Amino acid sequence: MTWDWSAVWDFMPRFWEGLLVTLQVLVLGSLLSFSLGLVWALAFRAPSRLVRWPVNAFTEFVRSTPLLVQLFFLYFVLPEWGIRFSALVTGTIAIGLHYSTYTAQVYRAGIDAVPKGQWEAATALSLPAHRTWFAVILPQAVRRITPALGNYVIAMLKDTPLLAAIGVLELLQQSRLESASTFQYTEPLTVIGIAFILIAYPASLLVRALERRLAR
Amino acid sequence: MPADTAPDTAPETGGTPNGELIRFDNVTKRFGDNTVLDDLCFSVKPGKHVTLIGPSGSGKTTILRLLMTLESPEEGTITVAGRTLFPAAEKERREARKKIGMAFQQFNLFPNMTVLRNITEAPVRVLGLSKEEAEARARELLELVGLSEKADAKPGQLSGGQQQRVAIARALAMRPQVLLLDEVTSALDPELVAGVLDLLRDIARTTDITMVCVTHEMSFARDISDEVLMFDGGKVIESGPPEKIFSDPEQARTREFLGAVL
Repeated sequence: MTWDWSAVWDFMPRFWEGLLVTLQVLVLGSLLSFSLGLVWALAFRAPSRLVRWPVNAFTEFVRSTPLLVQLFFLYFVLPEWGIRFSALVTGTIAIGLHYSTYTAQVYRAGIDAVPKGQWEAATALSLPAHRTWFAVILPQAVRRITPALGNYVIAMLKDTPLLAAIGVLELLQQSRLESASTFQYTEPLTVIGIAFILIAYPASLLVRALERRLAR
Repeated sequence: MPADTAPDTAPETGGTPNGELIRFDNVTKRFGDNTVLDDLCFSVKPGKHVTLIGPSGSGKTTILRLLMTLESPEEGTITVAGRTLFPAAEKERREARKKIGMAFQQFNLFPNMTVLRNITEAPVRVLGLSKEEAEARARELLELVGLSEKADAKPGQLSGGQQQRVAIARALAMRPQVLLLDEVTSALDPELVAGVLDLLRDIARTTDITMVCVTHEMSFARDISDEVLMFDGGKVIESGPPEKIFSDPEQARTREFLGAVL
């Protein structure tokens, strides 16, 4: 096996395009998972069972089935019912939705960790429910769970190559296209592997630093 | 709504027709098999300072928590300022709750807000005061509790005693008719207790707020109380002015309890 630097340079235009798509999926998927996860977590505490049960069942279902299956379902089955999105949009929704069921559990733990006295003080001051949630409980919960959310962003980054399976032009798919035309596999795969390390490792250091800061 | 007949209370609220601000009628509260309050009846007149004493587990704190609607009774009626707390619709309870403030053993300040925000949050969001009005009032209250320079601090930067004084200011900012004090000095280091008790003596002397206290500080109870209620086994077993209860109690159980704590 020989290492061919010219194959690396040749891959670069595709690499940058793929990196942009991967980061786009990661950012939008994270935002989707953070906001949907919060919706689920609030629904877990809804006064009505008619809200709690379906949400519990749905999130359990999504969490317990593979992301790849969900991707295929959204991409190949939904169009049969007339719901059609591009591969990129489908992939972002799938990964955001899948991870929202994890972030929901993180939010739930964070909310449960806020001392009961905070709820009682909010009641004693007659604060309306939305102020209790958004001014008192969630700011304290989110502070505690920021590192855990960060870890899921890193995990999501490492799951983005699954989107290659429906043809999203992210890093892995770009390297496959490159290899398909040049028959060189080593260089493109190595380059994207290094790219993942270069993003994921500093990110995990950042999460750890954040953990230490919050622990103080 | 009962008619307003008590001339010494705020005109828009009043008490029950016979001049009571707080009234418990046959209130029973159970936690599982444990009956904490047993067919309890008592009342408090406007502006009075009432202290609940008794062994731990006798239901004193539960009374405050019922008044703050943090717990619900199994049976009985509770009214405050002419409004029914239990049994009542949540809407009625919400109105009644605005007349009641509470300071907790563990302070329960909001750690994510500055001291000033802790005090202004409810007046702005619940009473509809403007931010400026609420802040002006909060600064007055901080001066009253001796913490003017801490307005921009976070609760975590304050001592326990300072946090409790802020918590009292926060409760007062809602201009409650009733102030509930739940063992407010129990979690404090001994050297910080006096500052909080002096503040409460001040408030008791200079305002007409009705106070209901649960405390283990008997000298404080003697100083500020108009009436002391001795609890045991979920019932009031003796009540009267502090001079009477503390020096010449009727009940053997009261003598025994005071002998143990004094």
